[in-house]
Parts: sequence; structure tokens; C-alpha cells
Amino acid sequence: MLNLTIDGKQVQAEPGWTLLDTARQNHIDIPTLCYHEAVEPFGACRLCVVELKVGDNSRLVASCVYPAEEGLEVHTMSEKVKNVRRWILEMLLSECPASEAVREMAAEYGVESTRFEVKNPEEECILCGLCARTCSQVVGANAISTVGRGPSKKIGAPYMIPGDDCIACGTCLTVCPTGAMRARFDQVRGVPAVVMARSGK
Amino acid sequence: MQATAKKTGQAKLGSLEELEQLRGELTAAVDPDQTLIVVCHGTGCVANGSPGVTEALKKALADAGEDIKVVPGIKTTGCHGFCSRGPLVIIKPAGIFYQQVKPADAEDIVAQTIQKGETVERLLYKHPQTGDTLSTTEEIPFYAGQQRVVLQNIGQIDPTDIEDALRAGAYAGAAKALTAMQPSEVVEAVTKSGLRGRGGAGFPTGVKWGLAAKHGDVEKYVLCNADEGDPGAFMDRSVMEGDPHAVVEGMIIGGYAIGANEGYVYVRAEYPLAIKHLEMALADARALGLLGENILGSGFNFDIRINRGAGAFVCGEETALMRSVEGKVGEPVPRPPYPSDKGLFGKPSVLNNVETWANVSRILERGWEWFAGLGTEKSKGTKVFALVGKVNNVGLVEVPMGIKLRNIVMDIGGGVPGSDHFKAVQTGGPSGGCLPWEDADLPVDFDSLIAAGSMMGSGGMIVMDDRDCMVDVAKYFLGFLEEESCGKCFPCRLGVPRLRETLVRFSKGEGTAEDIDDLYSLAEAIKMGSLCALGGTAPNAVLSTLRYFRDEYEAHILEHRCPAGVCKDLITYSIDPEACTGCHACFRACPQNAVSGEKKKPHTIDESLCIRCGMCMESCKFGAIQVV
Amino acid sequence: MDIDIDEIIERYPGKPEYLIFLMQDIQAAFNYISPEALTLVCDHTGVPESQAYAVATFYGSFSLEPKGENMVQVCLGTACHLKGSGLIAENLMRSIGLEEPGTTEDLKFTVETVNCLGACALAPVAVVNGDYQPKVTSPKLMKKVSKLGSE
Repeated sequence: MLNLTIDGKQVQAEPGWTLLDTARQNHIDIPTLCYHEAVEPFGACRLCVVELKVGDNSRLVASCVYPAEEGLEVHTMSEKVKNVRRWILEMLLSECPASEAVREMAAEYGVESTRFEVKNPEEECILCGLCARTCSQVVGANAISTVGRGPSKKIGAPYMIPGDDCIACGTCLTVCPTGAMRARFDQVRGVPAVVMARSGK
Repeated sequence: MQATAKKTGQAKLGSLEELEQLRGELTAAVDPDQTLIVVCHGTGCVANGSPGVTEALKKALADAGEDIKVVPGIKTTGCHGFCSRGPLVIIKPAGIFYQQVKPADAEDIVAQTIQKGETVERLLYKHPQTGDTLSTTEEIPFYAGQQRVVLQNIGQIDPTDIEDALRAGAYAGAAKALTAMQPSEVVEAVTKSGLRGRGGAGFPTGVKWGLAAKHGDVEKYVLCNADEGDPGAFMDRSVMEGDPHAVVEGMIIGGYAIGANEGYVYVRAEYPLAIKHLEMALADARALGLLGENILGSGFNFDIRINRGAGAFVCGEETALMRSVEGKVGEPVPRPPYPSDKGLFGKPSVLNNVETWANVSRILERGWEWFAGLGTEKSKGTKVFALVGKVNNVGLVEVPMGIKLRNIVMDIGGGVPGSDHFKAVQTGGPSGGCLPWEDADLPVDFDSLIAAGSMMGSGGMIVMDDRDCMVDVAKYFLGFLEEESCGKCFPCRLGVPRLRETLVRFSKGEGTAEDIDDLYSLAEAIKMGSLCALGGTAPNAVLSTLRYFRDEYEAHILEHRCPAGVCKDLITYSIDPEACTGCHACFRACPQNAVSGEKKKPHTIDESLCIRCGMCMESCKFGAIQVV
Repeated sequence: MDIDIDEIIERYPGKPEYLIFLMQDIQAAFNYISPEALTLVCDHTGVPESQAYAVATFYGSFSLEPKGENMVQVCLGTACHLKGSGLIAENLMRSIGLEEPGTTEDLKFTVETVNCLGACALAPVAVVNGDYQPKVTSPKLMKKVSKLGSE
């Protein structure tokens, strides 16, 4: 067993556990959006960042991918951590304002509104990619993927046109953390066509 | 590429002795006193027309026919560095340095210099301050202040000819490592040399190798990061174009040291000449048995493959680069696991950049003690910089670590056109920062640059003058990074555009002092929260310009003024009636019909129609158009 | 253009790591990657089509639509930016009816902005059909382009 401290509390971890595993085993809450047990951790949403302190130095790491190590000093609610989470959540409020999950999480961090421009009030997709990763890693259908890069990134099937690779299993709906997929469920269900979130620019 | 082996009649080299014997024969076959005309065929000189110069020289030599007793050779080489003076022609062994040579000059060079041994006065470099005419390379301040280690052979050798490279000592370091040293001794030598990675962060190279070497007998890889993406940086391109063997040799050494049998060079597709020369170097090295099975009889097998980049800046990040080599989307993955444990194809891998690999070759050739004697205590060796922007001598320079910024820009670089100081020097590419004139005496090394809020990066050094706006520069870099963000992690994908939008508002004279505080807070979140260094360093351009040029930000926000006259929304164009000749050029150039005036009488610009495209200014030959 | 796509496909072993190599060669040969070509590449390398599409849209050098007859690249590297290349690109695009980098409707021109060509001593630089235009200005570039357009 490895011994470390989280928020001042002595905890133990099995070798191979991540910091997120360790925290959750010890009933310490760390928020996540792009994480799901069923697929490889991705480290993208960065809501799960925690602060590692080594002497006077400190840095933030994504707890969903960072391995537990002997003697680590971990802080899950430091000012630096909260600053990162608040900004991400405020920016998500402008990107995907329709997501209730995002609004709830933002409210927990005192973020009730956003100073940034709302481009699409209907948008729920946060581009965590869980749907595509699950489709590939769990279902093996590989029907959807991320498309493009940077701020114009989307989720979709090749050419953003429904294809035959989708087996309409609905797994993407169940893993979607914001309900973005659910909103499109009727367009997908029963049709062996693809699920598209955030289609178009 | 069988040509080389055929030319030398050389079978594959089976031992160190055979390599040295070949080197000796090749060297003896060349008379060092014979006149040689060297023409620079680096990308800069080629774009300026140097191939035409080479052809004209060949023709002039042929036309002179029997008038020349000993016909000189013509050698085309990689970049000499002094790109702003190209095309460059150097006459050896005298070392006469001709600059801005045109094909029409070829006849005079042959008639006067080759036949009579006289210099062609008009082609010589004139010292901009003293006005003295300088005839040889060594006398020119641009070269005199440099210390060439990585660039030592560039401009000397024909990069497409392995024989010429061998004469200059190529593969001596690799031969020594493979035949006389244990892999662990090679790692130790590189560690003791103090070499730090030249790609950006400055991680100790030997330490990195040691981490991969400890994995024992498993498949491993070495990689060369030649995806030089920083705008304003072309060091690596010049090394690959001008001395590709230095990179190949370094990778052989690295492969041997960590126990890898395969190497990959990931090179920008925008560098076709570099790719061509690398491919030739690999083929020639294979033909001589310097790559392949049982190199020099050492029992070590190693070969290298080239991957062309497909146009994504983020692939300069090591984990993204490895995903790209695997044929995947170039998104970075979190570390740990580090590539030295789990890298390319999940195997222990070592990635270094072009300049680092070239340094490895030199270290093994000349010994780590020599290298450790160069530079400063914590930054050993030299650094190659691409010196560009508002500086007289634009080009490639190599200087010892620890040299003052002032020496690079004002002495080697010849200063700023029309000014006795620079406004800012940007180092480290989009991840770096802008250093002000007050920092002119800053020693240029890894740690001093970080402490000053910038970084070494791969070696772009962009000089800015009073006509460059720091808000615009920060906005430019953020726009670049926004476009190049892979979009995987949220702080970078969402945060960088928000930073840029704030700067766009500033550039329009909008915004409040409060926005600056928010900017700091968001920048901190992006730096701390991002997955990779692209996001982690993205706010640097804003933070460093805010740190040193806050006045300029305030002028935009509070006074709605762009002091440098750059930000479109805060400037107006006007015509100086004294200088305007009424030539009508601006009238014709203006796409908005905003310029009016009769021919031969001063013109005026209707501000309400002007879209500030600058076409009038570009078309004016009399400097009559002003920006206020 | 008489290039055999099968010949290109056979240049590389059928492994996922050759996906980008194949797409680069196809892009070079045909000026874009057609849906049919992408399917052939996927069949050969065993990469799912969705992944190949992700790759094709991630990297800037791939185009899924045909590019114009003439290619104009304007360098937006830092040295070129400082010397006004942003305005030059805008002026050029406006003059041929493009709002952003891309291809004109008549498929005559594709305008691309590129990050850095490493020819900073020549700044600002544009590349027209492979030829470097050192120290370019808006009028010079627009003249060159309109000449190509009338050919």
C-alpha cells in the first residue's frame, strides 16, 4: 500500500490507483466530466485537477490520470484548484449553456453566470469525447469521432453524415455527462444511422 | 542514391579503421589551395535567386575557357546564415565574401577574382557604421561575434555529398561511440557534457537518455523532432538542409546509447529541401554501412525513417508527435507515463530536436569536457538563433550561451534600422515572451530567460521596434495558438480564444482596467490547468507584454490610442500635402475610392470610407502617407 | 491527371501507422482526398473510417475538397506579421472575393495562410504556385494573381 495525504488526511492507495481513485475510495469528492470507468482516462476536461505540493513548489495535475505515489501531498480544494475549475465552468456556461449538469456544477463553485458571449443557447455538448471513446473502446463500432481541431472541434461521423457503422446501441447516450446525446436521441433511435452532437459549425 | 558507393568504389565500411582510411583518402584527394567558388543554396538565398547565380558562374567559367589555368570547382552549400545579404558567394581559400550577387555579376567574378585575383569591390560587404569595405567572412561583425559548433560545417560542405561531409569529420563521433564505448558510457558522456534539450524546455539530454536506457532489453525508439513550428524560427531547417549528417550521426549515437534500433525523424512538410537532403543523407549513409546491420562491425543495428508532418503545430509537443508518427490525431496525452517509459507504440522512447542531435555528434567527436567548457554553468554549449524582424542583419547566428541580448541584436545583428535600440525582443516562439530594451544586458541562457518571463524555446529571436504594437503582438500569438490548439483539453480550447477576444477588444480601444485583472486570473488558470505545454505557455505572450509594456495596454484601453500606429481601429491614414506629388498611385490602389485629388496636386483621404487596408501606403513611393 | 490510386495505396504496408503517409501522397497526387480514396486507405490500413476522418480534419495540410488551380500562400509567421502580411492576405482575399482563406467558387484560386516558411529575411513572403515572392506588397501580389486569373 502507498501512503499519501489528501487535504491533510492520511490515506492509503493500491499501486496502480490514480489520485482520483484514491480520493473516491476515501470519500473525497473531486468533480469530473470527461471521466468514465468504462474507458481509458483522457485527462481533457481538467475539472479534476488537484494541487501537488513538493516543498515550496506546487503544480496542478489531472487526478484522473495521475498515479498515486508514496508520500504525495495532495490538495483538492486549494485556491489554485478552485480558480481553474471556476474559469472552466464559466467558459462552459457560455459554450454549452443548455446543459443542466454544467449549470449545477458551476453553481457549486459560485459561478452563476458567464461574462462570455453565448453563441448557441441550445448547446449542451462539452466536447469531452466520451461518446466517441466509448463507441470505439467499449462498443467497437467506431461510428463517431472528434472532427477538426481546436475551437472548431466537433463530434460526428465521417463527413457529418450518418453512416452504417452506428449500430444504434445507445451506449453513447448513457455515458454522455451533459445530456447532449439524449437531446438527439430521437434522431438516432431505431435508425442504424449515426449520432451527431454539435453537427455543423 | 547508389551513386556514392559507386563513386568511391567503396563497399560497406566494416570497421573504424576502414572509415578513417576512407576519410584520409577523401581528404588527400582534395587540394586545399585550389580555388573553390562556394554558392549558398539555403532556402533564403535560393528564394533570392542563388541557383541562377550558380548557373551564371558555370557559364562564365566555361566561356572563359582556356584563359583559366586551373578551373575552380563550384560548390553549393547550405545556409551561411547571413540571409538578408543573399545570394552569397564565397571564394576559397582566400575567403572573399561576396553578397547580394546577381547572375549578371558572374562574369566579373570570373574575370576579376578567378583570373586576376582581384576583388569585385561592389559586391563586398560595407560596414554600416564605419563604411569600411570588408573582404572576408572573418572581418564581418555578423560572423566575428559567433561561435559555430552546430553550424560548423554548414556553408562549408556540400550537404548532398557524404564524401564532403566525411572530409569535415562526419560520423567520427558515432564511430567512437560504437566501437570504443559502452552504451552506458555514452549516456554518461552526454550527461556530463551538460547538454540540455534545444527544443524548448531545456531538459538535460543525458538524464532523459538514462531513463530510457534503464529499461534493458526491450524494443525502444529514438526520435528527432524536426517539426520546427515556431513562427520566425528556421534553425533546424538550416541544419537539416546544410548538414543532415550531423542529425543522422547524433541519432545513431542516441540509438546506441539507449538501446534502440529504429529512429524516426518527424519533419515539417513545409521544408521540402530539408526532407530531400535528409533522404539523400540516409541513403548515402546506408550505402556506406553507417546505417543498417552491424554498423562498422560493432554488432549494432540501426536505421532511420522520415515522417512528414501534416500541418499541426501541436505535433511539436512530444506526446502529440508520437501519436502522429503512429498515424493518429496529434493530440497530446497526459504525462506520466513519460515517453522514456511509454512512448512511441507504447515503448520507451527518446525524443530530441534537430539541434540537440547535432550537438550530440559534436560532443562525442570532441569529448564532453570540451562541450562542458562552453557557455555558462547551467547552460552549456552554444545556441543557434534565427534573428529576424526589425534588425539589420537578418539571419541565422550561433552564439555561446550566456551572451548578452545586446550583443546578439546590436553587434552581431547590426542593430535596429533607424533606431539606436530595440523596443522588444521576442524569444521562445508563441510560448515565449517579449523582453524590453531594459533587459538588453540579460544573459541569454535557459534560466535567465525564464526568470525574465520568456523562454529559450527552439531559438526564434524576433526583434521589434517602436512601430510594433505589443497588444497586437500578443493578439497575434494568441490567434496563432487558438488556431493551433488541438482542442482536447478545456482550459486551452476554451481559454485561449477568450484571452484573444479580450485583446481584440483592447485593440479597439475597448475594455477596462478590471479586464486586465481578469486576464491575469484566466491566464493563471490556463497555465496551471492545461494538459500540455501549448496551453501551459499560451498566456506568456500576454503576461510578458503586460509585465513590461503595461503603459501601452493602458494607452489602448484608457486613451483609445495605439502608440505604435498598428491597431486598425485606433489609427487614421492621412496624406502629407508637402510630400504628395499627386502621382495618383494611391488613388488607383485604394479599393474603397477613399482617395481623391487631381493629378499633380496633393491628394486627400476620406476617413469615413477608409477601411485601413494600407494599400495607399504600400503604393506610395514618396512616403507621403502617414498613420496617426 | 493519370495517377493510379491503387499504385499509391500499394506504396506502404497495410498498417495503421501508414495512414498519414498514404493521405499525404493522395493529397499530393490529386490535390484533395476524395471519399472514395479515404475508404480505400481505410481498407488498406485497417483504420476505422471515423478515425481516418478525424485525422483528415485534424491536420491542416489535408483537404477534403478540391483546391484551386492556383495556390497562393501568404506567410503569417512573426517576422512577416510585423511587416504587414496580415493586411496583405486580407487585401488579396478581398480582391478575389474570398472572406477567409479557402478556394474561390470558380476553383481558380486557393489562398492559404501559412505559419512560417522560414524565409524571414525575405519578409513579408508569399508563395505563388511554388515560387517565393520575397518582400511582397499588396499591389505586387494582387497584380501577379490577377495575371494568373486572366490566363
